[in-house]
Amino acid sequence: MGSYLVRRFLLMVLTLFGMSVLIFVMLRLVPGDISDILVNAAGIADAKEKAKIAHELGIDQPIHVQYAQWIGGLTRGDLGYAYVSERPAIEEIAPRIPISAKLAGMALFFAVLIGVPFGVISAVRQNTGLDYFLRVISLSGLSLPSFWLGLLVLMASVHWFGTIPIYSNEPRSFLQEVALLSIPAAVVGFRSSALIMRLTRSSMLEVLRQDYVRTARSKGASEVSVNYDHALRNALLPVVTIIGIEAAFLVGGLIVTETVFNIPGVARFLVEAILWRDYPIVQNLVMLIAFVVVVVNFLVDMAYMALDPRIKFAE
Amino acid sequence: MRVGLAIVATTAAVFMTAASPTFAQKHGGTLRISHRDNPPSASVLEESTISVNQPFMAAFNNLVVFDPSEKINSPDKIVPDLAESWSWNADNTKLTFKLRQGVKWHDGKPFTAKDVKCTFDALRGDGDEKVGIIRKNPRKVWYINLKDVATNGDNEVSFQLGRPQPSFLSMLAAGYSPIYSCHVPGRDMRSKPIGTGPFKVVEFKRNESIKLVRNLDYWKKGRPYLDAIDWRIVPNRSTRMLGFGAGEFDMTFDSDVTFPLLKDIKAQKPDAVCEGRPTNVNSNILINRDAPPFDNPELRKAMVLALDNRAFADILSQGNDLDGAAMLPPPAGVWGLPKDMLATLPGHATDIEKSRAEGRKIMASLGYGPNKPLKVKIATRNIAIYRDPAVILIDQLKQIYIEGELEPIDTTVWYAKVQRKDYQLGMNLTGVGVDDPDVNFYENFYSTSERNYTGYKNPEVDKMIDQQSAEVDRDKRRKMVWEIEKRLADDGARPVIGYNVANTCWTPQVKGLVLQHNSIYNGWRFEDVWLDR
Repeated sequence: MGSYLVRRFLLMVLTLFGMSVLIFVMLRLVPGDISDILVNAAGIADAKEKAKIAHELGIDQPIHVQYAQWIGGLTRGDLGYAYVSERPAIEEIAPRIPISAKLAGMALFFAVLIGVPFGVISAVRQNTGLDYFLRVISLSGLSLPSFWLGLLVLMASVHWFGTIPIYSNEPRSFLQEVALLSIPAAVVGFRSSALIMRLTRSSMLEVLRQDYVRTARSKGASEVSVNYDHALRNALLPVVTIIGIEAAFLVGGLIVTETVFNIPGVARFLVEAILWRDYPIVQNLVMLIAFVVVVVNFLVDMAYMALDPRIKFAE
Repeated sequence: MRVGLAIVATTAAVFMTAASPTFAQKHGGTLRISHRDNPPSASVLEESTISVNQPFMAAFNNLVVFDPSEKINSPDKIVPDLAESWSWNADNTKLTFKLRQGVKWHDGKPFTAKDVKCTFDALRGDGDEKVGIIRKNPRKVWYINLKDVATNGDNEVSFQLGRPQPSFLSMLAAGYSPIYSCHVPGRDMRSKPIGTGPFKVVEFKRNESIKLVRNLDYWKKGRPYLDAIDWRIVPNRSTRMLGFGAGEFDMTFDSDVTFPLLKDIKAQKPDAVCEGRPTNVNSNILINRDAPPFDNPELRKAMVLALDNRAFADILSQGNDLDGAAMLPPPAGVWGLPKDMLATLPGHATDIEKSRAEGRKIMASLGYGPNKPLKVKIATRNIAIYRDPAVILIDQLKQIYIEGELEPIDTTVWYAKVQRKDYQLGMNLTGVGVDDPDVNFYENFYSTSERNYTGYKNPEVDKMIDQQSAEVDRDKRRKMVWEIEKRLADDGARPVIGYNVANTCWTPQVKGLVLQHNSIYNGWRFEDVWLDR
């Protein structure tokens, strides 16, 4: 187990290093840089002004020097300066992380809370009216694009309540924040819950046909005990995998929801930074997302062991 | 007796209302406005977009300004701002301003003539000043005739021009000509600018908000009325409109409401006050006249003859966009060609079929026809407001055997591509900062301008531009401007396909707002705006 963890840690470091090189090079392969954009934004194409800006920002230096400066800075906790705002990148990124993290966390909570129990119910009541109803709901969750669903929610809210649940002012209390984020979280979580529900259902159906479930029933275990203690625990392995993947997706995939509900989170900021070729922001945010994804994957692997004691990681 | 008293009372009330309109205004409140995107910076001098002017103009003053109570910006409607008065010398080459005393910057430092000199030295690109205050200068061409700026003590400054230029005062009155301070570095001006204006910038959070609060030390006593202005950056237009409908905002972003959207707004908020007006932003065609096939003037002429500007307007704005040539047409435009003269220009004729028949004839003489169309690429920025007219253009060019293919270009490399002349035809939008021939012609058509994207070079037109620029008699000058417009149209220099008209809406509680009808870039000081609630 110990050597597995060491190997796993080294692999995580290697993955992050690979990501850093990849994002660094890819960003610079995209046509146009910040100096192009800044002069373009002013409606001019002055080569001298462009060169001056490029020099000021250090993007006229060789690519390996720029990479070394970035990694060197990272090791010292210095994320550099944002090109557009001309402020330290950390000051730009830090306030946005909790907002997106809370939104993603609530969305995932919503997805699991809805997806797993409804998936179980759908499997246990297979081919009943309730099963068909839940399957239609889950299909619609997968089919409705979240930007469209978000707009529908906003329109319905304005029509029926005369108000719009968008992030227009910083919430003053925890409860206000929860209220503000719950609707967008539900919109995002709806899609994830549909996926989790379908997977839980199919996984449960498979497990429910296993011999040990029949044995449990023949021993006189209650339906609740059979479904939740014996079947669900074994059916959860693929579900945990998909929850891990969804969690990783939510970290960077909130762009549409953040835009529609006007939430000043990381995802919208990242897209804006990409459009502006704001390298320090993009590089650091992508690295942060990569780190979260790697950690979540690690935790999912660890969860396998907790769920199924038969699983042993090779020494 | 009662009737007599009533007459006296009514007369007194009418007299008081007329003599002192400020009686009705209320102080206080926060004006909430939606913003369409993330402004590139807060530095008005360095940018060329309404996204910067509208929120940040209120932090500044100019030397002079277009009368904010008038809807039309014109040279005879310029009023003092940081300057108390101004005078020209006998040969109209030296403009001297007496400056207001006791004006303070938002950080408490005194405003002096030195600040004016700093600003214009930077704009002229003179020496090291430019390094400190600005790093981009999109309107350098406005100041090519400005030779020197001299101070005479703290309260007087003179501008020495190379030749008479009556438009110079109009340029100083533009929203794009605020006075910057010598002591605030450019980096601060781009993120949290210091001005002398009625509102102080307290926060500019990217992707989120811009907050301005009342400048308690503002030199104009009793102004501004508002306590604060809260701009909320909402990139999604549907969300912005729904937010306005739900009462989250008191006002939409300028010209944000298209004519189809206007119906939705009126349905959601029947009491909304909406005003449609020309933005002085025109859609025009960039023609690469230095490379085949459009280096042939006959081909350029044929292409212009295929244009049906009315069809563009009908599709893009339900017929509300205006047809015009290089200058914004009247009545909003002060200098544009009258309708009857406009109709004589290629591309603006009323009998489109006749024009197109002539265009086809030219194309046939050049060897093109239905079986041998000319294939061209039409490049444009990959943004809907650019793409949509480009698609219509492709359709119209088919009428004269030109088969166009849309080439959407990432906005980040658009100007670089245009500058390299790496295009055949391009669809472009041009916003004019001041409805003034010098601003428009020198920026867009003068041979040495950086923003003359097509590289249109015509020494005769340059000379005509210089001549009209120096002409003091306005009527005589207007006729010279019309001649230039005709000449540009004949040469197919950036054919204009229409002037955008759009709506801005606000709640009935917002009072004192006067939209400028011949430039969206002016009139955003907000010092006379108040809230009736």
